[in-house]
Amino acid sequence: MAKVQSLAELKKLRERIKSNIDLREKGNNIEEMILIKVAMATCGIAAGAKTIMNSFIDELKKEKIENVVVTQTGCMGYCHSEPTVEITLPGKEGIIFGNVDEKKVKELIERYIKSGELVDGIIPNNYKTIE
Amino acid sequence: MAGYKMHVLICGGTGCVASASDTLLSNFKKVLQEKGLENDIQVVKTGCFGFCEKGPVVKIVPDNTFYVQVKPEHATEIVEEHIIKGRKVEHLLYIDPETKERISDSKHMDFYKKQMKIATRNCGFINPENIEEYISRDGYDALGKALSEMTPEAVIEEMKTSGMRGRGGGGFPTGLKWQIARSYASDVKYVVCNADEGDPGAFMDRSILEGDPHSVLEAMAICGYAIGAENGLIYIRAEYPLAIHRLKIAIEQARELGFLGKNIFGTNFSFDIELKYGAGAFVCGEETALIHSMEGERGEPTTKPPFPAESGFWGKPTNVNNVETLASIPVILLKGGAWYSSIGTEKSKGTKVFALAGKVNNVGLIEVPMGTSLREIIFNIGGGIKDGKKFKAVQTGGPSGGCLSEKDLDTPIDYDTLIERGSMMGSGGMIVMDEDDCMVSIAKFYLEFTVDESCGKCTPCRIGTKRLQEMLEKITTGKGTMKDLEKMKYLCNVIKDTSLCGLGQSAPNPILSTLENFWDEYVAHVTEQRCPAGQCSALLRYFILPDKCIGCTACARVCPVTCISGKVKEVHLINQDTCIKCGACYSKCRFNAIIRK
Repeated sequence: MAKVQSLAELKKLRERIKSNIDLREKGNNIEEMILIKVAMATCGIAAGAKTIMNSFIDELKKEKIENVVVTQTGCMGYCHSEPTVEITLPGKEGIIFGNVDEKKVKELIERYIKSGELVDGIIPNNYKTIE
Repeated sequence: MAGYKMHVLICGGTGCVASASDTLLSNFKKVLQEKGLENDIQVVKTGCFGFCEKGPVVKIVPDNTFYVQVKPEHATEIVEEHIIKGRKVEHLLYIDPETKERISDSKHMDFYKKQMKIATRNCGFINPENIEEYISRDGYDALGKALSEMTPEAVIEEMKTSGMRGRGGGGFPTGLKWQIARSYASDVKYVVCNADEGDPGAFMDRSILEGDPHSVLEAMAICGYAIGAENGLIYIRAEYPLAIHRLKIAIEQARELGFLGKNIFGTNFSFDIELKYGAGAFVCGEETALIHSMEGERGEPTTKPPFPAESGFWGKPTNVNNVETLASIPVILLKGGAWYSSIGTEKSKGTKVFALAGKVNNVGLIEVPMGTSLREIIFNIGGGIKDGKKFKAVQTGGPSGGCLSEKDLDTPIDYDTLIERGSMMGSGGMIVMDEDDCMVSIAKFYLEFTVDESCGKCTPCRIGTKRLQEMLEKITTGKGTMKDLEKMKYLCNVIKDTSLCGLGQSAPNPILSTLENFWDEYVAHVTEQRCPAGQCSALLRYFILPDKCIGCTACARVCPVTCISGKVKEVHLINQDTCIKCGACYSKCRFNAIIRK
């Protein structure tokens, strides 16, 4: 690696590598974050959950939405509607959306994440997560 | 590629490595690879999380799940259950000692709730062997800011504003120390990092060097700029191989990126760091002894003045700072001295790292604002006394400190309040004792340590501590007199006043503070030949309770001096004249028929 010659160069370097520990920084303030959990069990992955997860990450980056954590979880039990994602806005109950495709990802970001507007595809929550 | 979706942070501190966290780490990597998840889940080896009691510790982010006492074979279970299926592995979660509930999230543990991490900000958060992770946490910003935006005088001024005092034990104001070192003109000057952590039970400095070595390197370069030095030396004991290993990696990486070496940040400031190994002598934590040891001489102190700031390493102006002091400095420069001085008490600013050890539930490394009370540290963060026993005393400051009792529990701790109460801050070791600990024996333990570690140069320390140890020996074997107690007190004060360096001057503290706080216990040893805590074996008597003894002969068979007589199915009897008080019968008896008093 080249030597850092100035404070400005150091800041540039940091911008480039900061994302490596981003997830840990966000974990420190998890309650202020928008949490997107993609169900990544066998059923989810078979239905394309990996692509969905990546497109969430890419789209959010494009939209410059920073206060969001995209992570994976196990089977939520809605194998009929995979891929499923659970989105939790800060201070609100999580909502599960089913049959998410790349078009839906854009719609979810545009409408639910940005302005809290509900969109089609909600799966009624029939269980409680024990913390 | 979108990057990692989860991080598995595994503690790589000495404590957890000793419980096989290395194998755990490689198991995690192997399992993730088998499942094809190596590009989705990042496994990170971090520094110490501080929660050494329950190591090895594994933290999963972003959900902050905190797993304790994780064995290598648990890797598969965590990957399959938590990472793939999204279910927490219940049996590896931490159990709150009071409510007996399992706590999944480190943010809800009392241990972490009351802490404030400045010096240990990156420990357990970043991979210490990766400079990029340090840079991501504003690493080397403070150095860049100092070099390109501040004059050396301004840096010193900021340090003075912060009110930071040396964390090695002396508590000398750091800014002032730098100013004095700057005031001596010389072609060559040295910045020395004192990593000769010698107190029994203290591991703050080791954990910082293992968990965040770059913060120390950065601060040393800042200090070099402030005092006008181009050479840095880290004096570290050879018993800290992991810290040495990580320091070497860190120095190499810092050189590669130009944070050490010639023309740092494109300025004309140059600075480089070298390691010097100590053989682990307590006295070498004293700065003049440390300097002699680095020069290849015997590690013996010399009189001050001249202070190292005037004539130190090879007779050149030298500034010696402790690891923990240095680790806080980058944050002080970035957030400002005023911010730092807003934390803590009137005369002790900022936070202090303590190594919590002894009979406390959560043994580990903690960092709290100055002025936090002992009660909060021991009962809230420390989780109270082990096995529900009663708190008796806490020893602070290692062999130079003293024992504080119940009545001091609510004192806000800082440099001055501890000295007022006959102890001292020292480097931050904190050993908790319960009702089963004999305070006379504790004082004897520390005196044995100072007798061993006294370098022998000055008479009061060399001979005085030996005499003190002999008097304590007399008392713990029931041969002491009230006259001895008086003589001991007098000798303590003589040693305090006449010793050459801090080691001798503070060596009597464990005795003086226990005499003050636990006088009754000394008197019981002397006048009644009784040890109230039941620890001094010479003063114990073992008896067999006739109504409980069933005559199984187990005690008689285990006795090494065959002083127990009695026939099968008859009550046994201990011959007090020949009994050597080894306690073998006591632990062998299954019917609680043997008592000691």
